[in-house]
Formats: sequence, structure tokens, C-alpha cells
Amino acid sequence: MVGEGVIILGGTSAVAEHYARRLAARGARLLLVGRNAERLTPIAGDLLVRGAAFAETAVLDLAEPPAEGYQAAWNGLAERLGGTVDVVLLAYGVLGDQKAAETDPAETVRLLSSNMVSACAWMTAASVSMEQQGAGSLVAISSVAGDRGRQSNYIYGAGKGGLSVFMEGLAHRLAGTAIRVLTVKPGFIDTPMTDGMAKGGPLWATADKVAADIDRAVGKGRVVLYTPWFWGPILFVVRHLPRAIFHRLKI
Amino acid sequence: MSVARTLISSWGNLGRVEHLTAIPSFRDELPSALGELIAQGGSVLGYGLGRSYGDSCLNGGGGLLVTERLDRCLSFDRTTGVFRAEAGLSIAELNRITIPKGWFVPVTPGTKFVTLGGAVANDVHGKNHHVTGTFGRHVRRLGLLRSDGSVIECSPDLEGDLFRATIGGLGLTGLIEWVEIGLEPIVSDEIEMESIRFRNVHAFFELSAESASWPYTVSWIDVLSQGAALGRGIFMRGRHATTGGFQSKGSGPALTVPVTPPMGLVMPLSVRIFNEAYYRRPGATYSGRTRFDPFFYPLDSVHHWNRVYGPRGFFQYQSVLPPETAQAGTREMLKRIAASGQGSCLVVLKNFGDVPSSGMLSFPAAGTTLALDFPNRGERTLALFASLDEVVSTSGGRLYAGKDARMSPAMFRAGYPELKEFQPFVDPAFSSDFQRRVILG
Repeated sequence: MVGEGVIILGGTSAVAEHYARRLAARGARLLLVGRNAERLTPIAGDLLVRGAAFAETAVLDLAEPPAEGYQAAWNGLAERLGGTVDVVLLAYGVLGDQKAAETDPAETVRLLSSNMVSACAWMTAASVSMEQQGAGSLVAISSVAGDRGRQSNYIYGAGKGGLSVFMEGLAHRLAGTAIRVLTVKPGFIDTPMTDGMAKGGPLWATADKVAADIDRAVGKGRVVLYTPWFWGPILFVVRHLPRAIFHRLKI
Repeated sequence: MSVARTLISSWGNLGRVEHLTAIPSFRDELPSALGELIAQGGSVLGYGLGRSYGDSCLNGGGGLLVTERLDRCLSFDRTTGVFRAEAGLSIAELNRITIPKGWFVPVTPGTKFVTLGGAVANDVHGKNHHVTGTFGRHVRRLGLLRSDGSVIECSPDLEGDLFRATIGGLGLTGLIEWVEIGLEPIVSDEIEMESIRFRNVHAFFELSAESASWPYTVSWIDVLSQGAALGRGIFMRGRHATTGGFQSKGSGPALTVPVTPPMGLVMPLSVRIFNEAYYRRPGATYSGRTRFDPFFYPLDSVHHWNRVYGPRGFFQYQSVLPPETAQAGTREMLKRIAASGQGSCLVVLKNFGDVPSSGMLSFPAAGTTLALDFPNRGERTLALFASLDEVVSTSGGRLYAGKDARMSPAMFRAGYPELKEFQPFVDPAFSSDFQRRVILG
């Protein structure tokens, strides 16, 4: 049996790497896409040792439009992987500096381009290929920050919120087909991305825990995944807080 | 590379100490992380999973370079079993990766939550010491990043003295960046084991002698028993099963001690009840097969078990006595412990073999090792240790640095005659609380 074929956009992300390790242990074929060859290469090497049938890298700045166009670039990636593309995981994103972006339109555009515009473009390209193929899973890591605009991170949140709405619509359009569309909404994860924050306590999850949740949700064909699970009820409350209360909170 | 201020305690929970920490994810970040920690903290020490009990993994006020994210496999030859990985890979992960392919770590300590780097720096031993020697014996090569920016590859033949200083060198010779080891072939992940009650110290030595052909042996001791039953316990011996293959299922989810209780739960009465029940339980005599996990790592099934000792934490005391004095010395130590009424349920007795250790400061040596946990009761506990030190010293033995939080500099110097040869290999920017307290004390 040929292992699952997986393309990971943002291969150096800690969650993506732990997800890839889980699939590698099952003999998957993996293509890691990202900017930094020096960092992607040891990750691919590690995946091979862990059992991947194929693990290669493609060096590409995903936040920038590719010269040959998104669709052609995507087709090239799928060809590099060879065989079916069973899972596409979009894992790149930038947290950015909320305070700086609040007064800097250029930084706002940069965060939105990375987290939403380019992400939706890649997902469109991937969905076109997957529709021709007929089946597979399209997975994007969004964030609980996209569920309601909050003063502490609404520019990052706007990008992730846009991505969530895009994925929601894609799931709607492809409902009834054999293509699954999953939006992942993690809370705080202990990764390099969050190293500037005070960590510890029950709200923080490991990258491996989030990766395990994603793996399980893909298997079950879920559409939205809050991970860890308690972010679902928390965000339900946050979304439904009356504005009179919400605006008094510094969150 | 960003650094943070973090409170860290070692496994003994004897106190939280502030450190500057950096957690690089990629090896290209190491030079800047080291530089930053040394510039801001004055010195640095590599830190894996923090399973050292005392202060050898701490560098209070200084820098700690946390290696847990540097856990990538670099190569694995499935025909020869040669395996190379970044130093932050844990033995738990190593087991998950290599066991299904028929290869097992040649030496494993009693917890799988140690990194390869930590296994090298403490030259750890396992239940098979009498056959295979220490972990360092199976290290083929390693990469050491020094504070001057150089990366030195060393092996028994290449930079051999630096290699011997680094094995068991408590992380003081530089940052261990990657490790290459030779694994042992297995055909099953199960262990054929026997568990036998013994009634005193003498019976332990008899059982040890007749079990020499078993690759894995270890004993639990009821440390509160006295008189004719002094040193009664349970002897466990095992070998890899020669049939059966590999189960895909891992071990079940572990339990966790979620918080530190306000008082330690390990008290003389609870220990006495536990020990009596543990010694008499039907499972104390057993012969059959078991999965490797419960055989090698019984305590790993309860995360944060160290919390049961309460907010004051606990000490571990581990000694080795040479063969000539082992039996009399062990009996004397057990007498003094039983008389003191202190002690715990976690007591391990094992005979080491005569395979020489590969490090200048390696702890294991031919003879008998005794390891005990003691809840921290302040002066009373320290007084008992002083009394045990007398026995260890007069017996010509020594104590394990990776377990220690209180030995005297003189005790360390007497136990480790190669300390002088070791000193020149210490990286000037690396330091630890243990080094300042004991080696330079």
C-alpha cells in the first residue's frame, strides 16, 4: 500500500512538524514547503528516519504570489510529491506586532497578505487540483483569534478570521463530495511563535497535542476543530458576550 | 534568539531557581542562543528534561539552553542499528521510533524521559550494567558546541580525551549538539521476566550471583525492615523475549499527580504500610512475559510522581561500593537507615559489573549500588546522609552527581580520582550549581 500523500505549506511550523511526524510513522509521503531550506532539510531527514516513504522540501516564500501564478506553482508542488495528494495542511502564518500594526498600514497589509490573502489563494489552487482528483482533505490552521475581533490581536485575528470564513465557504461548496475541508482553531500553543508570551498554566497546549487533534479530526472528516477542545465553549462565550460587557474587557 | 527569565527546579523539587532560558528549535540558532545566554547570564548550561535530582542540571542566575525542541533524528541505519539524533531527543521517542524496526537502546535508565544529551552528560546506567556497562560505552560519536563557536566532533578515537571528559561530564565541556549510538537488535518488544522475594541482604547477593546470565537485573528493598530481615526485598530479572514480534499499540495514557499536595505524602507510617504490602503482594513472585514499558519504566506511568513528596521536595542518595566491601557496607548503610526511621518506598539495589565506564567522571564502577529517595526533612535528613557518607567513604565508594544536592567537595574529590584530568576540558563559559558547590567548592 502506498502511504498517504501530504503537502505541508509552512513546513517549519512546530505544529506542522509534529503532524508530519505522526504521518511519517505511518509511512506517508510528505512534501514540505517553506522559505528556509536550511531548516526544512533536517525536518525532512527526521521524517525519513521516522518512517516516511518520501520526504522532500520545496523552497518557496508562500506569502508572496509565485511568478508563474498560484495554480501553476501548486501543480508543480503536486507533481513533486507524485501520486495522490490526500492531505493539504496549511500551517504558515505570522503573529506580527499588534501594537505596531495598529498605526502602520503597511504592517497591516503584510499581516493580512500572509495570514489570509496568500493562504486563500493557495487553498483555491489546492481545491482545484483536489476536485480533479475527486477526494482528499484540505486543512488550514486558523486561530481562535479569528472568532471575534479583540483589541489585543485583531489584525492577526482579521487575517485568521478571513481564512476561517473562506474555509467555511469552501466546506459548504464541497459538502456532499468526497473532499473534506477542515478549519483548525487552536488557542495558545507552546511554540517558537509564542515565545515572547508568558507561558504555563492550563490554557497552554503542546504542538504535539494540537497535531494529534488535527490528525484525529482529519480522520473523522470534521469541519471545524477547536484544539484543545475547551476553546470551543470559551469562544462560544466570547462570541456571544454583549458588547456592553465586551467593551469593558481588556482581552 | 529571544531569552526569558524562568523559575526552574530540578526533579527533587528542592527549590525553584531563576534562570535565563532560551529554547532554540533549529541548530542554526544555537550560536546566537549560546552567545545571548552567556552575555546576559554570565554562563550557560545545556538542559534537557530536568530529571537530574539535585543541582547538576541547574545554573541559578545564569543561562540554561533548553534542548527539548532539538529532537530530530539525523540518521538510522536499519541494518547496523547505528542511530544519530539531535541531543534533545528523548529515550521515549527513540523507543517509539526504533523498537518497531527491531532495535532497542543498549542502555536505558529507569525513566524514558531523559534526552540523549542528558544520558551522555550523566553517563547513565541501566538494569543491564553488569553486562553492557554504561550508556557512554555505546556512544560512537558526538558533536560538541563550544562557547568559542567551534563544533568539535569527538569519539573514542577522535579527540578521545575530550570525549572521555564529555561522557559523564555533567554538561560542563560544552553543549552536546548531537549523539550517535549503536542500538541493540531485538525481535520482540516484550520482556521475559522473573520476580523473586529475598529475605535479607545476603540472599540478594546470592541471587545476584546466580542471575549473572540475565541481562537485566534490579532489586527493590524494604528499607524499614530490620534484624534478620534487614534488606529483604524483591529481585527482578529479565531478558528480551525471543519470539512475539512488535505490538503496534503503545502504553495507555499515564496518570498525573496534578498538583503538589501541601504536605508530603511519604511519611514513616505510609512507607511502612506500602512496603509491607508491596513485599507481600501476590505479584511479588512472578514468572512470565511483560511489555518493555512497565519493566523498564514503572514510575513513568505516573507523571510528576515527584510531587508526592510535597512542597519541600526530596533527596535521592545513590552510592556505589566496590565488591570487596559491598556486602558489609550495604548492610551497615541499611542498618543506619532503618535505625533512623527515615526512607521511602523507592529503594533500588543492584550489582554493577566490571565493564569500565567511558567517562572521566562516570559514576558506575564494579560493585553494588544503592539508591534511595528521602523526603526532605531538613537537618534530620542531612544528618543521616552524613552518617551514610562515612560508610561510603570507609568502604571506598562514591556518590552519583546526577542525584546529588548535598555532597561535600571532599567527598566528590575522594570518589572521582580523574577530576584533575577532567578540569582542563571544562568550557570556561559553561557552569552549573553543582560545579560551583562541589567541584569548585
